[in-house]
This record gives sequence, structure tokens and C-alpha cells, in this order.
Amino acid sequence: MEILVCVKRVPDTAENEFELNSDGNDLDRDDLVYSVNEWDNYAVEEAIQIVDNVGGSVTVVTVGDDESEEVLRREMAMGANNGVLLSDDAFEGSDGKGVAGILKAEVEKGNYDLILTGAQADEGAAQVGGMLAAMLDLPYASLVNQIDIADGKTIKVGREIEGGNQEMNEIELPCVLSIQTGINEPRYVGIRGIRKVAKVEIPVKSASDLGLDAADVGDAGAKVKRVDYFVPDLGDGAEMLEGSTDEIIEKLIEKLKAKGGLS
Amino acid sequence: MTQIFAYIPHNNGEPEDIAFEFPVAAAKIDADASVTAVVTGSGADLDQVVEKMTSVYKEVIKIDNSELAYPNAEVVRKAICNTISSDSIFLVGHNTFGMDLGPGLSIKMDSAFVADAVDFEGVDGSLLKIIRQELGGAVSCHVTCDLSSGAVITIRPGSFAPNESGSAGGAVVDKSSDAGDLVSKRRFLEIVEAEIGDVDITKSDVLVSVGRGIEEEENIEIAQELAEAMGAVVSCSRPIVDAKWFEKSRQVGTSGQTVKPKVYLAMGISGSFQHMGGVKGNPFIIAVNKNAKAPIFQVADVGIVEDILEFMPELTEKIKEL
Ligand SMILES: Cc1cc2nc3c(=O)[nH]c(=O)nc-3n(C[C@H](O)[C@H](O)[C@H](O)COP(=O)(O)OP(=O)(O)OC[C@H]3O[C@@H](n4cnc5c(N)ncnc54)[C@H](O)[C@@H]3O)c2cc1C
Ligand SMILES: Nc1ncnc2c1ncn2[C@@H]1O[C@H](COP(=O)(O)O)[C@@H](O)[C@H]1O
Repeated sequence: MEILVCVKRVPDTAENEFELNSDGNDLDRDDLVYSVNEWDNYAVEEAIQIVDNVGGSVTVVTVGDDESEEVLRREMAMGANNGVLLSDDAFEGSDGKGVAGILKAEVEKGNYDLILTGAQADEGAAQVGGMLAAMLDLPYASLVNQIDIADGKTIKVGREIEGGNQEMNEIELPCVLSIQTGINEPRYVGIRGIRKVAKVEIPVKSASDLGLDAADVGDAGAKVKRVDYFVPDLGDGAEMLEGSTDEIIEKLIEKLKAKGGLS
Repeated sequence: MTQIFAYIPHNNGEPEDIAFEFPVAAAKIDADASVTAVVTGSGADLDQVVEKMTSVYKEVIKIDNSELAYPNAEVVRKAICNTISSDSIFLVGHNTFGMDLGPGLSIKMDSAFVADAVDFEGVDGSLLKIIRQELGGAVSCHVTCDLSSGAVITIRPGSFAPNESGSAGGAVVDKSSDAGDLVSKRRFLEIVEAEIGDVDITKSDVLVSVGRGIEEEENIEIAQELAEAMGAVVSCSRPIVDAKWFEKSRQVGTSGQTVKPKVYLAMGISGSFQHMGGVKGNPFIIAVNKNAKAPIFQVADVGIVEDILEFMPELTEKIKEL
């Protein structure tokens, strides 16, 4: 089975404290720590496991800048066979549709049975997978937490829905699936693994390589644009307990007693 | 005049809460907009939902087809594309169904798409200004959406007050015969209910809830000891279940359990809307997080900036001394 997995390099929410820049309209990006989108790791792991079982190959692809190459290498160290970087100044400012359109152009150059994305990335949009499927006229299922490869023509997938219930579907190949966390346990990648793939050639494709018109992608083609970042005025927020740890604990215990938190 | 449609999700003949939130969201987009509910389904359940929606919407479009008895997003999308004009604004909930339907629908309607709107700041020319969040709620941003060829927008559940006036006196428009070809390459099979675990976190008045800040599986013990001293139960956020450190029945959130404790201690939890969506009944929320800017502090009653791995053992000791 030929599998394409879409991955994205994102600011790591566990490693960063996000602040606005001095103009107050963008994130202060100077010291941000980036990593591969959490959901995408599960998608790559799932693809590797499927190929281990039924044969085939896994290709990872990203739309990004030069630095995005590092996430492709990381996923190749996990076991993906090929990486492709789609990069062009004209791609900058793309909205979800722009990104999906760029990925579509790459998908059409290959012959994939299965295309995986993460359920969502840093913007919490959960949009690229469903858009890509509709552009390619392929069936789609989001939030997939189980894949059973049956006869190779149709597969059975579980979608995680509200309350942790699972919606089982049968879906024809080729198809696009967005992967939910928890579907597997992504393998650990050590420095040695990364070193092994450090020299592997990763092709970089531009808008013209993909046959895309610069007017349709990036900021020029975007109907949805981010104007600024800001800190919302949310009223009071929490009452912050301050002082030494002992003092904080003393205040907290008083509050717990008052609210029925200690029995 | 702006035309806004709202897709009504429903279960067993009952519209979901967001059905009552769309009219308020629509009014924030454009107070003069004409707002129409779209209800798909089959049989008596559908009729009951349509009937309920006539008290909230001036117009209710009904699409009845046995293929729509279960809301398979791929099938619903076809029914919508065949009946609804694509240059309007189409609202969907930002839930597991909306994530399945919205992005693909925007492609087929050739409309713009914006996910997870939490507020609107009105229309200027053809641009709608929308507020949303990124990075798990750590930052907010304004985005503009060009409405000139229509838009599909998903709305975060609970972000707009429900409309409970109940006096719309809406008319029902039956578009069942326009639904067209509903054949799909994805077929719904069945729902498998979540497993019930040995600890029922929904029964406890006090929850000590741990998130990714617990860092290691061994450290769960520290939370267990605190909970024991308090007479509480330990629950958790999703990453803890993904890592298989706890069974799914301990997970609080939209894809886990809905809990209604009196006191909720969020230990090393950032406060994503999917997590907080499972915390109901307005409990007293205490958040301990080493990041003073964590979004959980916006919704907690009491906040403490500390390392939970050091703070929890000390708190446990002090409680034991009482
Ligand atoms: C469809 C869908 C459904 C979902 N359903 C759920 C759900 O039901 N429940 C759920 O929880 N999530 C759910 N999620 C995931 C959700 O979006 C978040 O990713 C998740 O809630 C984050 O969990 P967290 O707060 O534990 O981790 P993080 O967001 O990583 O936050 C960890 C926090 O711990 C703090 N921290 C780290 N170390 C320490 C320390 N030593 N001391 C103190 N603080 C520390 C950090 O500052 C940070 O704020 C869902 C996502 C999707 C897409
Ligand atoms: N720039 C990108 N390059 C490759 N894949 C992406 C990109 N942006 C989003 N995706 C894919 O789409 C998924 C959902 O992201 P989003 O729709 O942005 O929330 C991600 O998990 C990736 O699989």
C-alpha cells in the first residue's frame, strides 16, 4: 500500500510560553521551540505499522520553509521511506485551502492508496484533510482512531466521536483520513535515528514544479487571513495565590475547606 | 440581505445545545441577516426536531431521507450541496461532526472556510471579522474572511448564549425531493460505546485532575496520594490516556467524561476547550501550572504558579496534618 502522510512543523505548546511581540500584533517568535505536530506523529506511526503488515511505502510531505525539512527527517527516522518538501515564497500566507491545494498538486504526481493527515495542527482548524479529500473527490473520515485493512479495496475505520464513543465506517480506497491521538503509541526517535537519515536527499518542489499558479496560492489566493494576535480581555480570571509555598498552601486549604474540597 | 444557514445536529429527536446558540452567533455576524435552520434526518425523530426548531428559527428547511437517518458527513454534504445556495454563510458546530463535514463542504460549495469561531466583530464590505484561538487557547487572533462567494464557518460550542425566546413561529420548507443522489463511498456501520472503567469519576464531588504536566507515569502516584488525603478521585486530560497511563474512563473532556464535581483541581493542565468542555456544573476550579500564562488561569477560580511535582507532595503533607 502506498501511503502519503501530511505533516507540519509547529510551535511546541508544551515547551513555550507564548508572548506577543513589542508591536502586540504577532507572536514573539525569536525563541520559540518547534516540533512536529503531535497528531502527525500518530499518523506517521499508523502508516508505518500498516506498511509493516501489508507492504508498500510511506512518504511524508510538508508545505513549509527550509526549516520544515527537520520534521521530515524526524519522521523518516521513525521509518517513513521518503520525504518531500513543498516550498516556495509564493506559498507564504496560504489559508487552509491554499495548503490543501498545494498538497493536492503533489498527491496527483503520485499514486497513493491512502492519504493521512493529523486531526488538527497548531491553529486548531482541523481543515486540511477534509479539504484535500474534497478537492481530490476522494472519500474522507476525520478523527480516526482505528484502521482495519480488509481486502485492500475497502477498509474499516473507527472515528472517535463525543463521549469517547466510536463510529465505525467502511470506506473505499483510495481515501483520506485524519488521525486522532491515541490510535497507537508513536515510537521514540533518538539522536542516532536522526543521524542515520541526515544525508538522505529530500526533494524540494516549488509552485512551478507543481504546476501551480502563484496567484492561486499564498496570500494572493487566500480568502481567510489572520490580521493580528491579541490578548483577550476576559474579565477577572483566576484569583492568583501568591507568597511562599507554605503560605499558598495555607490559603488553598482554607478555600478547599470552604468549598467542600476536603472530607 | 445576508442569508445565514445553520446545520442542526440532533440525537434521538433532540436538537443539540448548539442549535440554540447559532441564532445568537448569526446576529453577531449581521443583525439583519435572515437565518434558516437546516435539519436532515429521517422519520419521526426528524419531524420532532423540525417542530422544535420552528420556535427558534423563522424558516426551517427539512430534508428527509432514509440515507440521512445517521448523520454520515459525506452523505449530509451531498444533501446540502443539492439544496442550499452556496453563496450564503453556512454555520456548523465545531464538534466531531462539524470537523467531518465543514472543510469538504466549503470546497464543494467553493466557499471560504473558517474553523472554531468564538466571536464575530461584524462585516465590513465583503470581509467578516472573526475571533478564534490558536495553540490550544494560548493566544487569540482576529481573522478576516472574504464572504463574496459564501463561507462555511464552524462555531465553538458554548461560545454564544442560547436563544431561549421560543417565539420565532417558523415556517417549514420541505426540500426532501431535492436531496438528489446520496450514494457515498463511506458507509456508516455502527456505534461502539466507550468502555466503562472500574473508577467512576462522574460520581466524585472532588477531582484531582492531572495533565501532561505530570511528565512521567510514575508521578501519577503523587496525585493519587493527594487525592487519597483529600477524599478525592484522580481524573486526567487526554494525553494521559493517549500515553496509556490511565484508562479512557478517567478522561475529562468532550471525547471523554462530562463531570460535575463541587471542586476541580487542574494539575498541569493547559485548559483547552475540549478539556474544559467536560467540566460542567460550575465547580470551584483550582489550577496549578508552572506557566503563569497558561489559558487555564482564564477559567479557573483560583490559580497557583508552581511546579506540581513539588507542590502536590507538600499539599498532601499539610492536609494529612490537619
Ligand atoms: C476532537 C478532539 C477531542 C479532544 N478531546 C479531549 C478531551 O476529551 N479531553 C482532553 O483533555 N483533551 C481533549 N483533546 C485534546 C486537547 O485539544 C488538548 O490537546 C489537551 O487537552 C491537552 O492536555 P493537557 O492540558 O494535559 O496538555 P498540555 O496542553 O500540553 O498542557 C500541559 C500543561 O502543564 C503545564 N506543566 C508542565 N509541566 C508542569 C509542572 N511540572 N508543573 C506544573 N505545570 C506543568 C504546562 O505549562 C501546560 O500548561 C481533544 C482534541 C480533539 C482534536
Ligand atoms: N503546511 C502543511 N503541510 C503539510 N500538511 C499540513 C500542513 N498544514 C496542515 N497539514 C495537515 O493537516 C492536518 C490538520 O491541520 P489543520 O487543518 O491546519 O488543523 C495536519 O495535522 C497535517 O497533517
